Amino acid sequence: MEYLAGNYDVIVVGAGHAGCEAGLAAARLGMKTLLLTISMENIAMMPCNPAMGGPAKGQLIREIDALGGEIGINTDRSAIQMRMLNTAKGPAVQALRAQADKNLYHVNMKWTLENQPKLDVKQVMAERIIVEAGKVKGVVGSTGALFTAPAVIITTGTFLRGRIVIGDLAYSGGPNGQFPSVKLAESLQDLGFSLGRFKTGTPARVDRRSIDFSQTSIQPGDKETLNFSFTTNICDREQIPCWLTYSNDKTHAVIKENLHRSPLYSGFIQGTGPRYCPSIEDKVVRFADKPAHQVFIEPEGSKTNEMYVQGMSTSLPEDVQLRMLRTLPGLEKVEIVRPGYAIEYDYVIPSQLSLDLQTKAVAGLFTAGQINGTSGYEEAAAQGIMASINAVRYLKGEPPFIISRSEGYIGVLIDDLVTKGVTEPYRLLTSRAEYRLMLRHDNADMRMTEKGYQLGLVTPERFQNFIDKKAAVQQEKNRLDQTNVVVSPELKKILDRKSSSPVRDGTSLSTLLKRPEIEYRDLLELPLEHPPVDSEVAEEVEIEIKYDGYIKKQNAQIKKFEKMEGIKLAPDIDYHQVRGLAAEAVHKLAQIKPLSIGQASRISGVNPADISVLMIYLEQEKRKNREILNGK
Amino acid sequence: MLDDTIAAIATPLAEGGIGIVRISGPQAIDIAEKVFIPVSNSLWRKQKYKLVYGHVVDNRTGKIIDEVLLSNMPGPKSYTREDVVEINCHGGPVPLRKTLELILGAGARLAEPGEFSKRAFLNGRLDLTRAEAIIDIIRATTEDALQLAVSQLSGRLAQEVDAILNELLSVVVLVEAAIDFPEDEVEDYSPERINERLGKVSAKAQSLIDSAEMGKVYREGLRTVIIGKPNVGKSSLLNVLLREKRAIVTEVPGTTRDIIEEILNLGGVPVVLIDTAGIRKTGDAVEKIGVARSLESIDRADLVLMVVDASTELDSEDEEIIDLVKNKRGVLVLNKIDLEAGSAVKNKNQLTFKLPHWPMVEISALLEQGIKKLEQTVVELVTGGQVLPRDGVMVSNVRHRNQLVKAKEHLREAQEAINLGLTPELVVIDIRAAWEAVGEINGSVITEDIVDKIFADFCIGK
Ligand SMILES: Cc1cc2nc3c(=O)[nH]c(=O)nc-3n(C[C@H](O)[C@H](O)[C@H](O)COP(=O)(O)OP(=O)(O)OC[C@H]3O[C@@H](n4cnc5c(N)ncnc54)[C@H](O)[C@@H]3O)c2cc1C
Repeated sequence: MEYLAGNYDVIVVGAGHAGCEAGLAAARLGMKTLLLTISMENIAMMPCNPAMGGPAKGQLIREIDALGGEIGINTDRSAIQMRMLNTAKGPAVQALRAQADKNLYHVNMKWTLENQPKLDVKQVMAERIIVEAGKVKGVVGSTGALFTAPAVIITTGTFLRGRIVIGDLAYSGGPNGQFPSVKLAESLQDLGFSLGRFKTGTPARVDRRSIDFSQTSIQPGDKETLNFSFTTNICDREQIPCWLTYSNDKTHAVIKENLHRSPLYSGFIQGTGPRYCPSIEDKVVRFADKPAHQVFIEPEGSKTNEMYVQGMSTSLPEDVQLRMLRTLPGLEKVEIVRPGYAIEYDYVIPSQLSLDLQTKAVAGLFTAGQINGTSGYEEAAAQGIMASINAVRYLKGEPPFIISRSEGYIGVLIDDLVTKGVTEPYRLLTSRAEYRLMLRHDNADMRMTEKGYQLGLVTPERFQNFIDKKAAVQQEKNRLDQTNVVVSPELKKILDRKSSSPVRDGTSLSTLLKRPEIEYRDLLELPLEHPPVDSEVAEEVEIEIKYDGYIKKQNAQIKKFEKMEGIKLAPDIDYHQVRGLAAEAVHKLAQIKPLSIGQASRISGVNPADISVLMIYLEQEKRKNREILNGK
Repeated sequence: MLDDTIAAIATPLAEGGIGIVRISGPQAIDIAEKVFIPVSNSLWRKQKYKLVYGHVVDNRTGKIIDEVLLSNMPGPKSYTREDVVEINCHGGPVPLRKTLELILGAGARLAEPGEFSKRAFLNGRLDLTRAEAIIDIIRATTEDALQLAVSQLSGRLAQEVDAILNELLSVVVLVEAAIDFPEDEVEDYSPERINERLGKVSAKAQSLIDSAEMGKVYREGLRTVIIGKPNVGKSSLLNVLLREKRAIVTEVPGTTRDIIEEILNLGGVPVVLIDTAGIRKTGDAVEKIGVARSLESIDRADLVLMVVDASTELDSEDEEIIDLVKNKRGVLVLNKIDLEAGSAVKNKNQLTFKLPHWPMVEISALLEQGIKKLEQTVVELVTGGQVLPRDGVMVSNVRHRNQLVKAKEHLREAQEAINLGLTPELVVIDIRAAWEAVGEINGSVITEDIVDKIFADFCIGK
């Protein structure tokens, strides 16, 4: 029996990485918020790799953190290893990667949610979305509980019509032994949404005690303790290592002999899987010449013997999985704790969304996370916080909050989804960003903190710290610009050591620092007064000076880009009435309803001539309106 | 889009006469200043709405390109309401194109079809009733341009462009994969190897720029030899062409009079006609020199016009000449169709068989029939079947060259970055820019190509 169970401002369905951020942000913005999950035990569950961050994803975490999100803080608290990747490359592509203790991650996030004022977390299977007159009204759960709210955010991840496949075994289910979410998928379809079907998979978890680590090589974390969040000060984290081994011809032989039992090749699996996350059977078939594939053995936590076997994602039958794993050096006697599996699930085709992640068909209804065709914890979290911010703005009648492609990876991610659509589970890559040099790990706070503060998610203290840092960076940059070197034995020593050519008196410190071989800390050896400078400030200064020429170039490009983003298109333009547009462009524009000329130009099938036509159309309309006004 | 400066040839490319290069945008005057030197009034920037007499000069070589009249029309009192400079060239198609090339090199972007009118409208210069007409121009010319780009890119140029694109993409992918997947088994970033590959691409681009036939042809003329055994009508053909089309006669220094270079204008294409002494087997020493020179001219020629007597069967002399030229590009000119025997063109099948890729034109040099057709055939061969687009610019050619030049510049910067020891994410910026510049020649390069190729080339994944 249906009964009224509560009235809220915002309801978030799903407590995965998207849902947690969404729930927290709405509550922190003062909304009475309800967070629903199928199980309290799967809050912030990491069904796959126990790792957070890496290129692009790491930057994403820092951006979410600077906006006032939780993923960075929670990762810092739950990490059992941190590494900076790409250290041999430049700062723009350096990225932090953490191994997380999965259970701790879940417990810490659950605890944060439970203690968040204005947030209720409930174990409810949502089954139906209530919509009246094109507006969302609430959600009904499987027990008949009816919750009302004028804004609802769906973040159900891989649960919609989930189907688990292991060899020839298949059953309806969510990830990791959870219930699937079937009725909700039907409800979305009843509302007129088009759903697509994707697939992803995960390797087996094995028992640490059954591994002979002497046959593998150790992968330690960094000596220096780093953190994701700009607010975390943990500096004495224990670093638990990972281990590396390789597949070999025996492994590949086992796989090839059993390919006929693979659901991927028998056609038993229909959904499209991600190319960056292929199963081992896929790798062996597609890269048949490769004699070995690397396999990382990663701890799932500090209080568990379960180990994640990265690189061996599979949906082969369990008996084949065991035989295949036992061909790996060090795993000859391995015992499986949980078998690997593939999961197929429904996603909402993201062209049905606007850039604020609101569905175009139902006002007040937002979707975020893997349900939108992405993959990855970080991608989910980014959408979660953005959908939530926008749901609150929608409730307050404020314009949407959109981060542009030149401001953050968050912008790249959401614009790609909505404007370009997806053909496989979408993963963010740094190569997808046009202005990568500006979207760095180190300056995420510079890019986002102020926005977070204005939105109300960043505390005044934190904002003040940020202002101070910004001022310190500027001050130190000025000092380096204005301080000139004097040729001295100390200088000569540095230049010799770095095989750098001699400099003349009067060269500024910043000019010296521009040389690729000279580092900021080298300057500290010069016989000059060095005001104390915080290490984060020094890092920022060094990067800005070293990248200066390239930063200027990108800024020039960004200016052009912003001009096109600044020419707005109303969402209610009837493109069929615009004379001179090509048929394909009409179709795409009507479907995607871009908000600017810039966004329109990124839609595939909309070519430069169509953009010219649109600009002329805008001018025509402007003048017609003016004539009407003047006529009155 | 609206704040860059655009340029194009604004008048139909007529033979001989005057042509105007128009520049519009905030940089118009600065750009013009880089290529224009006034004869007397050095303060031409201040001379508004007047014609200023001077020269277009190639800064790099100091060479005068053309004698011109320039008019400086600062916005908003100009066609587009932006700063506009127009340069009236007098020297015909070659200097006109060269002038445009210099202007593009100085920082202008080649205008899209209809773009001047579009700007005029967007800036409020043209009234509402004109909007639809402009849309029509944009639509129609874009479709033409698309066809044009495709037809132009058939053949060798297309292949070379593809090869460059593939090579650049694979270099980009190598760097990008190493950046995005540092823990996967992708090839490590090796500056030396990348530098070497970029060097090769750069050389290739340069040779394309040099040889991009249109570019070269328009700068230097299409080197054309008329060839054929004696008495097939070479000299009559030459005379007809000269009488109608002669531009300048030059005597090449250091040669005897038996090779004369004549410059003709065939449908806007400058043709350097090389008149050879007839090729004939001979023991005569003097003639031998002539024959050797002829062979050399064939070697250096861009185009061969082989004249055959349509009224007789092919003989061994014809066949020997065919052997000499069969690897060249050329046109078979079947002369003497006015004769009764010639009208049957008995040797057509044989000729088609022997020179399968050569177009064939039937003429009568005597009655001056078929000359127009011959002219068209030559122009088509050079331009790849291109027609003159409505805006009057042979857009695609200037554009091709321009994109290649841009790409080369980016490659140079990428190599410089490598030599400076800069990190890969910086180096790849210019490699990507080069790739995109070349990509604009044949249409679309998109970021997704990079992502796709990363996953196709490397086994990536957890
Ligand atoms: C097997 C597997 C392998 C993966 N492999 C990778 C990988 O290799 N790399 C990678 O980057 N990512 C991988 N992922 C993806 C990554 O786990 C997800 O992208 C991420 O967790 C998505 O977060 P989310 O918040 O969108 O959804 P989820 O984390 O899936 O959370 C969904 C939440 O919704 C709740 N929910 C669902 N339906 C309802 C309902 N009807 N009512 C109430 N609550 C509901 C659930 O209880 C859960 O709390 C994998 C996922 C799976 C399952």
